[in-house]
Amino acid sequence: MNTASKKNKITGFFKNFWKYRFLLYEIVRKNVKLQYRNSVLGIFWTFLQPLMTTLVLVVVFGGIFGKSNEGIVCYPIYLLCGRLLYEFYTQSTKRAMRSIRLSASVIKKVYVPKYIYPVSNVLSNFVTFVISLLVLVAMVLYYMLFTDVELVITPYILLAIVPIIILLVLCTGVGLILSTLSVFFKDIEYLYDVFCMLIFYATPIFYTVDALGANKWVQMALMANPLYSIVSMFRSCVLFGEMWNWNHFAYACVFSLVMLGIGSLAFYKKQDKFILHI
Amino acid sequence: MAKTAVKVENVSVMFNLNKEKIDNIKEYVIKFLKRKIRFTEFWALTDVSFEVKEGERIGILGFNGAGKSTLLKVIAGVLKPTKGTVQVNGVIAPLLELGAGFDMNYSGSENIYLYGATMGYSRKYIEERYQQIVDFAELGEFIDVPVKNYSSGMRARLGFAIATAVDPQVLILDEVLSVGDAKFKKKSEAKIMSMFDKGVTVLFVSHNTAQVRRLCTKAVLLEKGRVIASGTADEVCDIYDSKVKSK
Repeated sequence: MNTASKKNKITGFFKNFWKYRFLLYEIVRKNVKLQYRNSVLGIFWTFLQPLMTTLVLVVVFGGIFGKSNEGIVCYPIYLLCGRLLYEFYTQSTKRAMRSIRLSASVIKKVYVPKYIYPVSNVLSNFVTFVISLLVLVAMVLYYMLFTDVELVITPYILLAIVPIIILLVLCTGVGLILSTLSVFFKDIEYLYDVFCMLIFYATPIFYTVDALGANKWVQMALMANPLYSIVSMFRSCVLFGEMWNWNHFAYACVFSLVMLGIGSLAFYKKQDKFILHI
Repeated sequence: MAKTAVKVENVSVMFNLNKEKIDNIKEYVIKFLKRKIRFTEFWALTDVSFEVKEGERIGILGFNGAGKSTLLKVIAGVLKPTKGTVQVNGVIAPLLELGAGFDMNYSGSENIYLYGATMGYSRKYIEERYQQIVDFAELGEFIDVPVKNYSSGMRARLGFAIATAVDPQVLILDEVLSVGDAKFKKKSEAKIMSMFDKGVTVLFVSHNTAQVRRLCTKAVLLEKGRVIASGTADEVCDIYDSKVKSK
């Protein structure tokens, strides 16, 4: 009997999701549309923003603190790869974190499956992230055509979709955890801002781990960061034209799935209490 | 015999009332260390049961704090009851605080689809009713203007137009019969009356017994979270009126 009711719950979940799939679509559409409305350059910000921040980082870490980039094939592209992924991670998780609070007026009045809000915010950021990947394509083309930097573009570049999907799973999981926490503890938002800054330095975005020359313990600590694995996999495919390190793959996969599991469970257990706190 | 539209069975809702609201980690830790987290139980609803048949219009009466809004939230599926069950057959349209699902930066027409999706409808379904909604809301060229620039009357009109355009089987009215100016009020009342004629089931919350007598067939009276009277609208309204007098 117990298994039957469990089965019922699961089919009920999918039925409900199917009914509200339009809401998911409408919110993703809304977020993407509103992000660039009322700005003169509109959708071009998706390209300009990573391009300009990368430029700043190139000047700072390529020029002024020029030590960290020794031995990197094409530093601007190396930087851009890391930055794009990092930006997607922080933006999507931050927005997912705030989504439940911001939708309080709806959640208090009408029944909606609440997970739609964090998930749709991750997805809308994913859409802008995919659009911003065009910058990377443009930059790779530029370096191939107009400079003599030797980029190794191999069919492995098609596999770059794998780390991207792992990252999407990770963001959804972390987004669900954060959105649950932020309902009960508002100050998690400030803490997470600081945490994101830490992640920025703990992920080899503007340096390589080898160039750090750090001791074993520091290296282990860096490896524990799943973004490190995901960024490394992405660079292997795009920049170095080779197969990724399978240890990175295994670690990133397991970590992301565990996060998704914890996030879904925490959200599911606590969602009926949300209304009492928002 | 008519089918059951809404069935409320032994519903109880408990809230934890803590003296000060704790909503951040800092306070939580301090209070926890001082062992000051105390909760007082508060039962907003105790053992509420009633049944509404299809096509019936039921008035829910009660003084402030009697648990009317809590009951509506439970029926709308927003709040899970601590004990008991609620069964609703058919599509339920809550007309509570119209326009809650609007995004202020979105234009009126975009909000129609967003609001529709929030209520669980497909884009196509809303598209078929789009013109009807726009006409009813009387927004004219304002339909392409962001909702943040609307007057509160315009916002309420749009909300009302969307919520009533979808042919719900169960309608929850929380004193919303006073939308907009006198002209629109008349129109919205006519719209609700036409829905009554189609046999929609209505849950109507009000303090106004004259309105309840006029609109409802049955009524329930709540006091301190308990049902203290239920029956025909006239009977229950008499009890409510006598309670008002004796206070």
